[in-house]
Amino acid sequence: MKRLFRDRIALSKPFVFALGLLPLALLAWDALSDQLGTDPVAQLEHRSGDWALRLLLATLAITPLRRLTGRPEFVRYRRMLGLFAFFYACVHLTVYLVIDLGGYWSQLLTEIAKRPYMTVGFSAWLILVALAATSTRGMMRRLGGRWQRLHRLVYVAGVLACLHFLWLVKADHREPLIYLAMLTTLLLARGRWPRGVAARKTAAETS
Amino acid sequence: MLIRKPNSVRPSEITPEAVYRGRREWLKALGLGTVSLAAGCDSHAAAETAAPEPIPGNALTIAVRGKYTVDGPLTRYKDATHYNNYYEFGVDKGQPAQTSGRFHPHPWKVEVAGHAEVTGQIPLEDLLKPHPLEERIYRMRCVEGWSMVLPWVGVPLGDVLKRFKPTAAAKYVAFTTVNRPSEMPGLNTRILDWPYREGLRIDEAMHPLALLAVGLYGHELPNQNGAPLRLVVPWKYGFKGIKSITKIEFVESEPKTTWNLAASEEYGFYSNVNPGVDHPRWSQKTERRIAGDGFNLFGNRVPTLPFNGYADQVASLYAGMDLHRNF
Repeated sequence: MKRLFRDRIALSKPFVFALGLLPLALLAWDALSDQLGTDPVAQLEHRSGDWALRLLLATLAITPLRRLTGRPEFVRYRRMLGLFAFFYACVHLTVYLVIDLGGYWSQLLTEIAKRPYMTVGFSAWLILVALAATSTRGMMRRLGGRWQRLHRLVYVAGVLACLHFLWLVKADHREPLIYLAMLTTLLLARGRWPRGVAARKTAAETS
Repeated sequence: MLIRKPNSVRPSEITPEAVYRGRREWLKALGLGTVSLAAGCDSHAAAETAAPEPIPGNALTIAVRGKYTVDGPLTRYKDATHYNNYYEFGVDKGQPAQTSGRFHPHPWKVEVAGHAEVTGQIPLEDLLKPHPLEERIYRMRCVEGWSMVLPWVGVPLGDVLKRFKPTAAAKYVAFTTVNRPSEMPGLNTRILDWPYREGLRIDEAMHPLALLAVGLYGHELPNQNGAPLRLVVPWKYGFKGIKSITKIEFVESEPKTTWNLAASEEYGFYSNVNPGVDHPRWSQKTERRIAGDGFNLFGNRVPTLPFNGYADQVASLYAGMDLHRNF
């Protein structure tokens, strides 16, 4: 094994990759076995959107997790998680465009321009396109210091994705607010940490 | 998708529930799942609207059928009864079917109050007794952007209201849903300002299309669909169809309605189906039709029609009104 994978993280990556495809597999299975209920199109949209948001939050959780555990190597999962978030955002958008809107594409541009929830959702997707396109090692090298500045847009994408969810529900805001609270926590966790936690972190790093 | 003249659609054009079910099973057996096969299937339909056999609840004796029909297939019974916006039983559309089992729709009384000569507590049986039950197939358009085609059983609302002899001061009719937190778990969350309230202008309430429904698919209403008595106003968004009605009051001024109280800029008092007036957050130009065999990959979206296709019958009620302001 040592020869194939240079360490445990490298070894675990194929499993994480397979895990990332699992929601899609379950969705496909449910669709083909008629388990999506009364409004399958809405289910396809909701479930792909949920996973895009969850994986985006997972991506954003890497930095706090590194600080909390004192294990910087977790960063090596980040690109894969981010690309999976982008992947599910693409599934989400594709379901909307091809299946839901099917035949009424002329409605699309006015929808994106006129509906705030569509505007923010589509903007979040555009950000993810830019981030995915510049996620390669080569692009990192080419962009140099600008790469990190560009990729800070992921915070904006997170906020826009939560707003997209919040603005489309009719009355029950509990679920999107939970996501928004998680996002806020993850963003705040990037700030300066109280001394106690920082000390523990340092201890963990040196041990 | 215009409403046809009475009987212009033969009953044979509507696929009965049993045939849908059979076809679904057959598709499943073939492993085709959700893929819709051919549009021409419907020509094999038999005569009855609803097969009583697989449907729970007491079958109703229906005196009038076929007066109001809709082109195209009905929504499947399972979909109509397991995809419900009835927040008193939970906000998730699958919840009402699961959590409404403890609700007791019998015995039932309706309080009639306000500007009318006859008022008081009326047992449901007495309320319905003089009226022959009618089956009417109506489109139902939800404000969220989906729609169904449902075979209601009920009596014209106006015929019932006239028996109470509303006075000249009765300009509006206000309806209230029953408030039973012990039987309706959703009432413990403050998503909406309970109890649920709705209202109609008196001329809307007297319009022959407005239906007081007691049944669906030839049987008594399931709890999750608003048992034992609900309103069906097919030219308005679905939330105007208040469920489990416990009070009918004749009032002089426009009554407060629940969704209007929750978000007045999004849900107006009239809430007539109108593709020309979008919800502030989403379009109302088209709708996803939930009917027939279900998942038809590209064929579920249809244009939304003014007054949900009932413009010929009801548009005159709003002559001279600015429907953008009175949405």
